[in-house]
Amino acid sequence: MDVLYFAWVRERIGLPKEKVETQAATVSELVAELTAREDRYAAAFADLSALRVALDQELSDFDAPLSGVREVAFFPPMTGG
Amino acid sequence: MRIVVQEAPFDMGAEANAFAAGDEAANGAIVTFTGVVRDLATGDLDVMEIEHYPGMTERALTKIAEEAQSRWSLGDVLVIHRHGRLAPGDRIMMVATASPHRKDAFEAAEYLMDYLKSRAPFWKKEITNSGADWVAAKDEDEDALTRW
Repeated sequence: MDVLYFAWVRERIGLPKEKVETQAATVSELVAELTAREDRYAAAFADLSALRVALDQELSDFDAPLSGVREVAFFPPMTGG
Repeated sequence: MRIVVQEAPFDMGAEANAFAAGDEAANGAIVTFTGVVRDLATGDLDVMEIEHYPGMTERALTKIAEEAQSRWSLGDVLVIHRHGRLAPGDRIMMVATASPHRKDAFEAAEYLMDYLKSRAPFWKKEITNSGADWVAAKDEDEDALTRW
């Protein structure tokens, strides 16, 4: 699946988008896999309360299942307007 | 309904006129709101950089505008939001609502503003000569959604 990062999440991880092969059943499991990879991921995912997640461009939550999902995006709370 | 996400500046007068020309006789009330890049209290903001999530942004704005149309009697809705590098005083975004009734037009415009502050995927970064900081979301912006 495609995993996208925005704002300071993108800056901490150091890239805007990557392809991830995963068997993770939920967003939380995917976060755990990414966090275990490298320090920069651990730094980005250190405080999940400061993060939001979208699945296929719809806001979702960290307990949500990933089956059938093609695009996951992680970002801080939005500041539009 | 018209949803526009663009980097280029927009002409708020021309947009308001074009919007108002839609169906004036049926809509007795037109409300427009324009957001402007505000300088920092210290007066040293050089650039406001706005990042967004192409694709999701348009979907989220459309959903918010559709929800406004279902809650209020609206003849039309316009949302324009810019991204990229802006300077203090630049116009960031604009919403317009047209309705047969003033109350609907005002309330729907406020609803659009409240939701696009914290439910549309934009992120602001303030750049000054001493560095760059992401703007943190405010609790009061999240709280504002509870009144709807």
